[in-house]
Amino acid sequence: MSSLRERSGAAAGLLNRLTSGTATIFALLVVVLVVITILNPTFARPASLMAFLRAAAPLVVLAIGQYLVIVSGEFDLSVGALVGAQVVFAAKMIDGDPSRTWPVLAAMLVLGAVVGLVNGLITTLLKVPSFITTLGMLLVLFGAVRLWTGGAPTGALADNFRTWGRGGIDMPVLRQLPWALVIAVVIAIAVGLLMRAPWGRTLVATGDNDTAASFAGVRVWRVRTVAFVLSGVLATVAAILIGGFAGVTAQVGDGLEFVAITAVVLGGVVLGGGRGSMIAAIAGALAYQAIERLFTQLALPSTARPTLQGIIIIAAVAWAAREGSRGPGAANTPAPDASADPAPA
Amino acid sequence: MKLTRTLVASAAVTSLVLVGCSTDTPDDPEASVTATEDAATETTSEMATETTSEMASESAGASETSTEGAGDSEFFVQADYDRQLAQRDIAPEGDDATPWLQAIEPEMADTSEFAADGDGQTLCFSNASISNPWRVTGWITMQQQVQVYEEQGIIGDFQVADAGDDDNKQISDIQSFIDSGDCNALIISPSTTATLTPAVEAACDSGIPVIVFDRGVNTDCMVTFIHPIGGYAYGADGAEFLVDNLEPGSTVLALRILPGVDVLEHRWGAAQQIFGDSELEVLGNEFTGGDAAQIKDIVTQYLQRGPVDGIWMDAGDGAVAAIEAYEDLGMDYPVFVGEDEMSFLRKWDETGMTAIAPVYSNFQWRTPIEAAVRIWNGEEVPSEWVLPQVPIEEDQLQEFLELNSEMPSLHYAKFGGEDLPGYPDAWTDR
Repeated sequence: MSSLRERSGAAAGLLNRLTSGTATIFALLVVVLVVITILNPTFARPASLMAFLRAAAPLVVLAIGQYLVIVSGEFDLSVGALVGAQVVFAAKMIDGDPSRTWPVLAAMLVLGAVVGLVNGLITTLLKVPSFITTLGMLLVLFGAVRLWTGGAPTGALADNFRTWGRGGIDMPVLRQLPWALVIAVVIAIAVGLLMRAPWGRTLVATGDNDTAASFAGVRVWRVRTVAFVLSGVLATVAAILIGGFAGVTAQVGDGLEFVAITAVVLGGVVLGGGRGSMIAAIAGALAYQAIERLFTQLALPSTARPTLQGIIIIAAVAWAAREGSRGPGAANTPAPDASADPAPA
Repeated sequence: MKLTRTLVASAAVTSLVLVGCSTDTPDDPEASVTATEDAATETTSEMATETTSEMASESAGASETSTEGAGDSEFFVQADYDRQLAQRDIAPEGDDATPWLQAIEPEMADTSEFAADGDGQTLCFSNASISNPWRVTGWITMQQQVQVYEEQGIIGDFQVADAGDDDNKQISDIQSFIDSGDCNALIISPSTTATLTPAVEAACDSGIPVIVFDRGVNTDCMVTFIHPIGGYAYGADGAEFLVDNLEPGSTVLALRILPGVDVLEHRWGAAQQIFGDSELEVLGNEFTGGDAAQIKDIVTQYLQRGPVDGIWMDAGDGAVAAIEAYEDLGMDYPVFVGEDEMSFLRKWDETGMTAIAPVYSNFQWRTPIEAAVRIWNGEEVPSEWVLPQVPIEEDQLQEFLELNSEMPSLHYAKFGGEDLPGYPDAWTDR
């Protein structure tokens, strides 16, 4: 009786927290964009906005991939190293020859899926915590690239490869609609539909409570492995966009995993899984990029920026959590009980 | 309760914002110290490894003095700055065809105590890392140079330990070279200055001839310390070019890799001096981690705010991305300071822009091998072997492009290995 009551209370609290967390990130995003526009009205010009979205698109794609993994209760720390490895791989394979672009793109997607599959299978079947699995994968990929290139990537990306990250559809007003934005929007819609489909609900349920989900007939290992595969594929897409945007350097992809996780958490997605919306994760990615822009607009000394960035991120997440804990009933306390309940059963 | 919490939080944020704002003046010594510390803590560990090594790879000279004299700013030492700028105008001794054997104002040191009879010497090399393209290029050149002396029978064995940018690993590498007793000479390319000093001193005490190159250490116990002129000269070459080629009142953006690395701070310190005395307006100095995507994004943002007439970089990595930002916005090219990296030289040639390529002489990787052979012969070597460091200007661009036409894009034009065995395959197939 009472347990049932608590659960419905928990559900309401969860809903409340979910929406308020989401509201925080959108509010943050809007505030930052408005401040930038006040400081520099040219930012609101369509061409400038397009440039902003073009630069943000790879992070949006990465954040979507990371969201899938985090909402299922895991982490993917390997995405930054995967982006780096993919760009270096593409440059070496294409070596400036446009005719090789399409086969190499296909090979990259396969490689990304394989990396995700390995991450997923090791995590689910061998029961290695994903934090360790993907940290290991990060090192493996990083080391493999070093070994292969000796620290200096060679080759070059052909122009028809780079156009995905650099080019766009010329049009009036916007000047150019970046391909990167188109790709990010298509992916967001596809994953959004997927999350509304039964698989998406299963994924969230798995992240919320995998024991309960498995009792409900979910093949937990398969759902999570698919999430890792999708993360690997989306990291590959991000690599295509990043490589296209800026070309090859030895540093490409460095630290991106933390940026992606930060973006997702900013969006109110709870580490440990089970709650959070994809749209909010995307808003988190955009907010992260926008905060960086804001600092440039304010002409803050670059040495002080990371500190402020850290404070804003912590403050935003703390604010979202505070909003949640004010909800009807003590929504916070029953939640762990509810998840712990089925274990002894 | 709730109110208190909010108040405390906002007070904390406000104070930090104020701290942030107070660091605005780069000339203020206290402020710059705080700023550097902030940034140092923030850099993610990976980024630090990658980029520190990148930067640290190209080292400053004369570190004995530079790390100690913290007068005005933590890193800027007026005497070193003046000396390096003057050294650019001194004709080096030796043949221009072999710049890696030239030396600026050498003071010769007697090495007769190390004279070795017979061939088949064992040469040991403790390398900081090969974690960036500049070091990779130099490392290939060094191996090819060793091959020359192996074929002549002078070097019997070349033992190498790569520390992977880890100070502790390098200290133990050096110690195990000393303990093995195999080395007839030890070459050290230190990963950091202060930390490696005791290890180098220990190597000197063991009685084997020690050769230090690239970054320095705080001792002069080694037989010779080999380095190009240094970071101040590098930074000044580019800054002076911008001052000469831009109208007064023009705007300049400085792109830097990361703060707190002495070699990079020297480059930027020199540029700041020169910009300060000019009528150019420095719009900002941004840290990019050497990441092309960040560079392109930052340049794009600045261009959306207003015109940027010149770009100064403390290292040429990602220079092409900065140039592309102008292309993608349909803007005229800026006056540009890059580096002698092939991707930049090729882009420079394609676009016909006004540019200069400061050089941190990569051919210095040959010199330690030559020095070891001279030491074994009992010949004198300069105790501080200052190699020439001459930027590539427009009139030499074609020459270097042709010389390096087969080389990959992350290769450094002044690598100085054209006459070595294995040229060009050793450098093209990496």
